[in-house]
Amino acid sequence: MDMLRRLLELLAGDPQADRAVPPTGFTARLTLLSSGAMAFLAVFALALSLATGRLADRWSDELAKTSTLRISAPADQMQAQTDAAIVVLESTPGVAQARALSADEQRELLAPWFGPDLPVETLPVPQLIEVIEDGDGFDATGLRARLQAEVPGAILDDHTRWREPLVEAANRLRLLGFVSMLLIAGATGAMITLAANAALAANAQVIRVMRLVGARDIYIARAFVRRFTQRALIGAAVGTLAGTLAVLLLPSADAAGGFLTGLGFQGAHWLWPLVIPALAALVAFIATRQAALRTLKEQS
Amino acid sequence: MIELDNVAYSYGGAELFAGLDLTLAPGSFHFLTGPSGAGKTTLLKLCYGELIATGGQVRLFGQDARGLDRDSVAQIRRRIGVVHQDCQFLDHLPVAENIALPLTVAGHGSTSDDLRDLLGWVGLSKQAAQLPPELSGGERQRAALARAVIMSPEVILADEPTGNVDWEMSQRLLGLLVELNKMGKTVLIATHDLSLIRAAKAQVSARVLRLADRRLQLAGASL
Ligand SMILES: Nc1ncnc2c1ncn2[C@@H]1O[C@H](COP(=O)(O)OP(=O)(O)OP(=O)(O)O)[C@@H](O)[C@H]1O
Ligand SMILES: [Mg+2]
Repeated sequence: MDMLRRLLELLAGDPQADRAVPPTGFTARLTLLSSGAMAFLAVFALALSLATGRLADRWSDELAKTSTLRISAPADQMQAQTDAAIVVLESTPGVAQARALSADEQRELLAPWFGPDLPVETLPVPQLIEVIEDGDGFDATGLRARLQAEVPGAILDDHTRWREPLVEAANRLRLLGFVSMLLIAGATGAMITLAANAALAANAQVIRVMRLVGARDIYIARAFVRRFTQRALIGAAVGTLAGTLAVLLLPSADAAGGFLTGLGFQGAHWLWPLVIPALAALVAFIATRQAALRTLKEQS
Repeated sequence: MIELDNVAYSYGGAELFAGLDLTLAPGSFHFLTGPSGAGKTTLLKLCYGELIATGGQVRLFGQDARGLDRDSVAQIRRRIGVVHQDCQFLDHLPVAENIALPLTVAGHGSTSDDLRDLLGWVGLSKQAAQLPPELSGGERQRAALARAVIMSPEVILADEPTGNVDWEMSQRLLGLLVELNKMGKTVLIATHDLSLIRAAKAQVSARVLRLADRRLQLAGASL
C-alpha cells in the first residue's frame, strides 16, 4: 500500500525536479520499446490463462454434474427396471438426483438422426436416466456392481470422464500462462534496470551538481524513477492496446470451431488487460528505484 | 559553525597538510590565500563534507563530518553556500533555473522576485534564459555566486569567486559578500587576489589565513 501511494505520488509528478535530469533519447526509447513489447506478450499470456481457466472450469463442471444410465430391457420389464434403477441410484452416495427422461425428451435427443416424428414408444429404444452428481461424485465401480445385481439391463455411461486429462491439461496451460506473465514481468524489470543504469551513468555530472547544492539521494533517485515509470506506463499502455486489438481480431469462436472456443477475453475479463500497464509501471518503479539508490550509494 | 581540529588530508600519497586548526565563528569573515596547489580547494571541500579528513576532526555545525550519512551531508549543504572554483552547472537548464536549483532540490518554491533581484545583483539579468555553456568565465562565476547565496545559507564558502571578472565586477561581488556578512553570515573566500583582500579590509574586519608548506598561518599583519 505504501509502495502504491508512493507510486501514485510519483506519477503525479514534480515537473521542476524532472527538468533537473536531461532527457536521454536512447534509454527512453529502450524503455518504451521493451515495455511495449512485453505488454503485448503479456496480453496473450493473460488471454491464454483466462481462456484455459474458463475451459477447465466448464469441463470440470460438466464432468462433475452428469452421467447417463441406459436401460435396455424387453418392453414389459422396462418400467420395472427403470424404477429399480432409480431406487438404486437414489440410495447411492454422491448422486444428487436421478430422473428418467420422458418420451418427448428422448425423441428430441434422437431427432437429429431420425427426424422429429419417430414413434419412440413403439421402438425398442433404451430408456435413459439422467444422473446428476453432487460433491465429488459417486463411486462408478461400486455403482456398476450393484446395478448388475439388481437391474440386469442397465449400463452406466459416465462418458464425461474422458475429459479428466483435458481438464488437467487446461489447468496446466493456465499455470503456464501465469508463469509466462511472471517471466515477462521479470524480463521487463531486468531491461528497465539496465536502461536506468545506463541513464544514471550518463548523468554522473548532473548527479554531482545536484549533490553539491544539497539534493538528497531520494530526490535525485525520484527524478530518474519518475521518468522510467512514466515511460514504462506509456509503452505498456500502447503494447496492451495493440495486444488487446490483436486478441479482439482473432477469428470468432463459432468460426474457429468448438474446441478453441473463445481463446480471447469474455465479459468482465476484458478489463484484465488494464492491469498490465499498471503492473509495468510498478515493475519499472521498483527496478529504477533500486538501481538509482544503489548507484547513488556507490557514487558517493 | 565549522571547526577543524588538528586536521590532515592526503589524496593517497604524501599529506597535503597536517595539524591544521581553524574555527569559523558565526558572523566571521575569512580570506584563505596560498600558492597554487597548496590545498585551498581541498580545505574548502573538507568544510562542506565533500572530502573527509584523513587525520584530526572536522565538525560541521557541531557534528563530526566523519559520522555523517549522505542525507545529513545534503542537509548541511543547504546551510552552506559554496562557490566552486570550476563552477559546475546543469548544462541543459537555463541560468536562472541553475541559480534556483538549491531551492528546487530543497523543495522550496523560489519567488521569482528574489531570483530577479539576485540576477540583477550579479549582473546576469540579460543572461537568465541562456544555457550555462553559453556564458563567459566571469558570468559563470557570478552565476555560481548567485546560486551559492540564494538559499540564504549560514555559511558561504567561495573558491576564487573573482578569478575571471574585472575589477569593477569583483568589487560588486565582494560588496555582495560583505553585505551578507553584515547580515550575520559566515564568509570564507579563497583567493590569490591580494587587492581584493585589501579592498575588503576597508569594509569589514577580515582575518587572512595563508596555507603554505603544509601549514595554516594567520597572515593579516603582512598586508
Ligand atoms: N582528486 C584529487 N586526487 C589527487 N590529487 C589531487 C586531487 N585534487 C587535488 N589534488 C592535488 O592536491 C593538491 C592541492 O590541490 P587544491 O586544488 O586543493 O589546490 P589549491 O590550493 O586550491 O590550488 P589553486 O590555487 O590552483 O586552486 C594539488 O597538488 C593537486 O594536484
Ligand atoms: Mg583551488
